[in-house]
Amino acid sequence: MRGVYTIWLRNIKRFLRSKSRIIGSLGPPLLILFVIGFGLNSVINISGGTSYVGFLIPGIISMSILFSSIFSGIQIIWDKQFGFLKETLVAPVSRFEIMLGQTLGGATTSFLQGLLIMIISLAIELHTTTLTGFLTAFIFMILVGIAFTALGVAIASRMDDMSGFNLIMNFIILPIFALSGALFPISSLPSWARTVTLFDPLTYGVDGIRYGLLGTSGINPTLDLVVLVGFTILMIVLGSYSFKKMKF
Amino acid sequence: MQTVQVNNLTKKFGDFVAVDKVSFNINEGEIFGLLGPNGAGKTTTISMLSTILKPTSGEALVNNFNITTDQNNVRKSIGIVFQDPSLDDELTAYENMDFHGRLYGIPKETRETRILEMLRLVGLEDRKNSLVKTFSGGMKRRLEIARGLLHEPKVLFLDEPTIGLDPQTRNYIWDYIRKLNKEKKITIILTTHYMDEADKLCDNLAIVNRGKIVARGNPKDLKETLGGDVITIQSKENHKLKEKLEKSSWIKEVKEHDGSITINLQHAENHVAEIVKIADKEKISIGSISIHEPTLEDVFLHFTGKTIYEEESDSKENMRLHSRMWRRSR
Repeated sequence: MRGVYTIWLRNIKRFLRSKSRIIGSLGPPLLILFVIGFGLNSVINISGGTSYVGFLIPGIISMSILFSSIFSGIQIIWDKQFGFLKETLVAPVSRFEIMLGQTLGGATTSFLQGLLIMIISLAIELHTTTLTGFLTAFIFMILVGIAFTALGVAIASRMDDMSGFNLIMNFIILPIFALSGALFPISSLPSWARTVTLFDPLTYGVDGIRYGLLGTSGINPTLDLVVLVGFTILMIVLGSYSFKKMKF
Repeated sequence: MQTVQVNNLTKKFGDFVAVDKVSFNINEGEIFGLLGPNGAGKTTTISMLSTILKPTSGEALVNNFNITTDQNNVRKSIGIVFQDPSLDDELTAYENMDFHGRLYGIPKETRETRILEMLRLVGLEDRKNSLVKTFSGGMKRRLEIARGLLHEPKVLFLDEPTIGLDPQTRNYIWDYIRKLNKEKKITIILTTHYMDEADKLCDNLAIVNRGKIVARGNPKDLKETLGGDVITIQSKENHKLKEKLEKSSWIKEVKEHDGSITINLQHAENHVAEIVKIADKEKISIGSISIHEPTLEDVFLHFTGKTIYEEESDSKENMRLHSRMWRRSR
């Protein structure tokens, strides 16, 4: 497991060093939170007594984790292009360890970004009080981070360079975000559209984090956890399989 | 004792044979060179020996471990410096070394002292806390060499160690390589397409062309196989001149290539006048004529019929074609 730790450590070091990137990545989620959140706050009524901004916060946390975790996974393409990956691949560690290290590294850094958003949100609109609530949210945040970093690794293993990046952005990341119920309660959708959102794994992450932070949820929180754990395991299997098969 | 034993090693990509039944042995403590043009299969050979690529057939032992069945032990026995940079630019020199040390499971106490010792060896000790992206090409190379040695490998692979470096830096790198070989008694395998590099550094050589080994031996013996001297002539009618010269008994071999003729013979200085006379009789005007002792370039020409540069431009075309076809067929 020393390989996993070493690669995890590298991810953390690089993350902490790139202050401009951390601040930069806070931009889009906070922008959406402020513009859409406060812009629509008085227009939209969420059942259960939460304000729209309050409702939006868990969604924005998920968004930030989704984006940064997929990017951390895709980072492997840079390592491939700049040659650093070779250094890791000839070392006496298995590819599974490398993949796991990268995944846990990406999950940790994206969790930290989500946490930053959460802290900023606490200052504006979030009123959570219970420790269990926080811990529940953390568990879901970490699971989302692991699952989507692993997905990023799987994608990166099949790509030679960043040229396909727009495709991934437009056809994977954005749909996952838009269909997840991060911006709206899925219960207010027509039933066919609701069915579609239930196929989006992020839906269960958003719902779980929302349950932790607000105490309300659209789906049964236990079901959220079961589905998300299942999806995470599936992604780790897919990610490590693709990474093992990767040619370079 | 032999540190590396290679037996009929072969690698195919689709129907393109990159390495074709290559066999050689490397003695403990020597500097061994794989010399050949770009695209000859040197990097592919090294990739197989370092477990990055699986051979299509054949086998090899590195430090007595089989490269296909005992990968982990092979990896522990080798250090490698790739042709292309493989450092993390966003980390410092020390952190790059530390990453490597941890991956190879060097315990904390020895790790720190060894990192500093290796950095001192390549003259980068005072830059240990600088980010690698601020380093010059030569410094990066030296750092990679230091890193490759950190886990005390038995064998160090250097894939084109001085490619893209200026002459002065190349000299430095050569000095480091020699120093390592002497002080650490480490076996070194390097690939190069620079003749002078192979000549100056290597105890033994294998000349590789189009995936095959065409000659093997130490640089001195290889040059002596040509016997005597080499005369190079440029004239208006190379082909005609070559035909005339071939009839002379004192000429061992005449080759025409790339706008000039190369002649192998003994005591060249005694025959220059005769050559000019033959040309004069046939009314062939000679542009230039030069005598020199055989170099590895001449050895390469002798065994392949082409200079290394001609071969390079040919094989690049070939590779491009093949890699396109291979991609398509995948």
